[in-house]
Amino acid sequence: MSGKAITVNLKVWRQPAKDQPGRLVDYVAKDISIDMSFLEMLDVVNEALVGKGEDAIAFDSDCREGICGTCGCMINGVAHGPDPGATTCQLHMRRFTDGQTIVIEPWRARGFPVLKDLTVDRSAFDRILTAGGYISVGVGGAQEANAIPVPKDKSDLAMDAAACIGCGACVAACKNAAAHLFTSAKISHLALLPQGEPERERRVVRMVEQMEAEGFGNCSNEGECEAVCPKLIPISNIARMIREYGRAIWKGAGV
Amino acid sequence: MTLDSKIPAGSLAGKWERRKFENKLVNPANRRKYEVIIVGTGLAGASAAAALGEQGYRVKLFCILDSARRAHSIAAQGGINAAKNYRNDGDSVYRLFYDTVKGGDYRAREANVYRLAQLSVNIIDQCVATGVPFAREYGGLLDNRSFGGAQVARTFYARGQTGQQLLLGAYQSMLRQVDAGNVTLYTRREMLDVVVVDGQARGIVARNLITGELERHEGQAVLLCTGGYGTVYYLSTNAVNCNVTAAWRAHKRGALFANPCFTQIHPTCIPVSGDHQSKLTLMSESLRNDGRVWVPKTKGDRRPPEQIPEGERDYYLERRYPSFGNLVPRDVASRAAKLQSDEGHGVGDTGLAVYLDFKDAIQRLGIDVIKARYGNLFEMYDRITAEDPYKVPMRIYPAIHYTMGGLWVDYNLESTIPGLFVLGEANFSDHGANRLGASALMQGLADGYFIAPYTVANYLANAKLPKVSTDQDAFKEAASASQARIDKVLGVKGSRTVRQLHRELGHVMWDHVGMARNAAGLQEALGKIRTLRDGFWHDVRVPGEKNNLNPMLDYAGRVADYMEFGELLTLDALRRNESCGGHFREEFQTPEGEALRDDANFSYVAAWEFTGVGVEPRLHKEPLTFEEAHPSQRSYK
Repeated sequence: MSGKAITVNLKVWRQPAKDQPGRLVDYVAKDISIDMSFLEMLDVVNEALVGKGEDAIAFDSDCREGICGTCGCMINGVAHGPDPGATTCQLHMRRFTDGQTIVIEPWRARGFPVLKDLTVDRSAFDRILTAGGYISVGVGGAQEANAIPVPKDKSDLAMDAAACIGCGACVAACKNAAAHLFTSAKISHLALLPQGEPERERRVVRMVEQMEAEGFGNCSNEGECEAVCPKLIPISNIARMIREYGRAIWKGAGV
Repeated sequence: MTLDSKIPAGSLAGKWERRKFENKLVNPANRRKYEVIIVGTGLAGASAAAALGEQGYRVKLFCILDSARRAHSIAAQGGINAAKNYRNDGDSVYRLFYDTVKGGDYRAREANVYRLAQLSVNIIDQCVATGVPFAREYGGLLDNRSFGGAQVARTFYARGQTGQQLLLGAYQSMLRQVDAGNVTLYTRREMLDVVVVDGQARGIVARNLITGELERHEGQAVLLCTGGYGTVYYLSTNAVNCNVTAAWRAHKRGALFANPCFTQIHPTCIPVSGDHQSKLTLMSESLRNDGRVWVPKTKGDRRPPEQIPEGERDYYLERRYPSFGNLVPRDVASRAAKLQSDEGHGVGDTGLAVYLDFKDAIQRLGIDVIKARYGNLFEMYDRITAEDPYKVPMRIYPAIHYTMGGLWVDYNLESTIPGLFVLGEANFSDHGANRLGASALMQGLADGYFIAPYTVANYLANAKLPKVSTDQDAFKEAASASQARIDKVLGVKGSRTVRQLHRELGHVMWDHVGMARNAAGLQEALGKIRTLRDGFWHDVRVPGEKNNLNPMLDYAGRVADYMEFGELLTLDALRRNESCGGHFREEFQTPEGEALRDDANFSYVAAWEFTGVGVEPRLHKEPLTFEEAHPSQRSYK
């Protein structure tokens, strides 16, 4: 904790509503303690805007500790900003220098329409998971937990994939606006576990079809998604999804 | 009004079995005729929606965020308790029950807690079946660890993200019912009122946060799963959208609010660094398994920690509580940290912090083991404070974390409004005056997966539920009252922002109704809150429009409710002339500074009835009786 303060020049995307045009608007954020988080800096800017009777910058955030996946914006062209393995809310102002210009934009993808300013609609992600991103087991029908042994390495791999927070940075960073990393993370998590085995083929086919129906693009192996993922989810999950998909089609699923 | 807790007769162990048998059932073919409204998609809401949808009821599920997956259950780090006794270390349903009643400082209902302990084992089975990737051992079986306040290893965990994985498990089970057409999801909706028709909860008014439209939804039962009220303190470990609005509006419609003064302070949070701060970050208390808490013996010692020799350090938890040491329950650890800071032993710039030191653990176990156990937490700490906890001790301080109080419910989780059920943190029922670590997740899932599906069905089977329409007067009146409140807050056009007013309220609450309370301070707080509330309605400034996405307007509505609720919390603290669990009244303590309960006069649930804003609420008491776990002075020495 150093108590140092800086001034930053912001260019923030302002768009009044879903179907209206937007533009970058300049704001100067003065006396910003470098111990502040990035979103706290935006809170301070908003306080000043409200004080002047102007509409505050709309942005989503909730837990402010990097786990809920609610926040996210492009910061100088990078999803969630310059810190690897971190969400926007985990970014601190000590990562910026006095006088620096910061361009702040919403996620941009056909699958994520802008609702207002930095707020986008990510309901497509919910619909992808609704298309089979679960294990069909009723409440009360579960067997004794330790009756299903899972090798530790498999379980760890499943956990690596399950760590996805659904923030959408992978889509925002991809030049094709593909949702492959998000979709493949859930497919991997469930395909790696014995509990997910019975629905393995049906699941991957349905989820991939839903992903395409939502208007997300195709994967061209750029690796941008992995680079910005706040949970460092590896791109090998996409390879696994493609394998799973091929295997399912070969076995006759979805035909 | 008499409070009937509806606890079944018979032996403690047989009560839930008996209730399940007594309950009336709804024929599977008839279930489609019932519509159940669930508000909130955390562990309780998502699991209730999954379970009720599965049974064939039509469920309408509401959440304030853009996706059901983001509810604040997701932030729970440490784990979930279950009496599986996989470690063969003496655990049992009875022990989990006993620990929870004792940990709650004998202010919880025995019957509820016993049921919770019984269901804990089913929860783990259910979660594993749905694909929750709990930590495992090389043999492929589940791993356990011990967690704050427990002497057995009964905590199941998924790295430092247990809440996330459990929530995603429940969310996925819920989505399966969306897929099946049984659950309809309404995201970015905020419940603003419960609609009561002929004394029964028959619907809600919800605001579409994108369009600002007020929607009326009817149903045969309403389940509130809307979490706790920790953000009344402004700074807390809760997410910034957590709020009391749904519960408070239900309270104003007749649901009693129980034990609001039972708030939990979590001992291991990153200390406050400045006024800009919007929330506090919790460091999982699993850190106390290996970290040692200490302060310098000399008051005001400003030397960096590595220059303070071993002999000049006070490991005060180990000194005061030799048998539990650094693992004493949260309330005890928190107060001990406050005491050290108040006496001038605090560390860091503000003096409001103590050290949590891993040096010995790193020496004993090696840095790799520590990294495997706590790597993500250490990284999180480093990111926020720019200090490396592998090299220098962490600085920690208590912060508001969880609220044990909530809407009063009977054994069936039904509030004093028939047909209005309350689940999870939003109710008051299982944790008494203090919640043990790793038991919030347990309660959320027990309520949603295993209790509400039985008790809600019983209500639907028994109640006379005439057809209602959203054009009825009760719906119109509720919607226009909500609209009037929105118009009023936009119309003030004053000079202070919502955040400023919220922060001021938070300061009053933390200073006077926080970790330590006394009658004079509480009286003072009551006056300050009333003044602030007045200031809010005369001087708040809310920008933007009501018919567009406007987060500032949403925030204003929630803070306006806190301005009323804060008074109730404070009053409850003032009237409870004893110390118990998270409620510490300075006037009532033992010579050693421990909480001093008054079982003769305060062994009751304080359930408050709303009588008007600024008007003294009416107190109803539900006496607590203990047949199994006999109240004793908690001792962790």
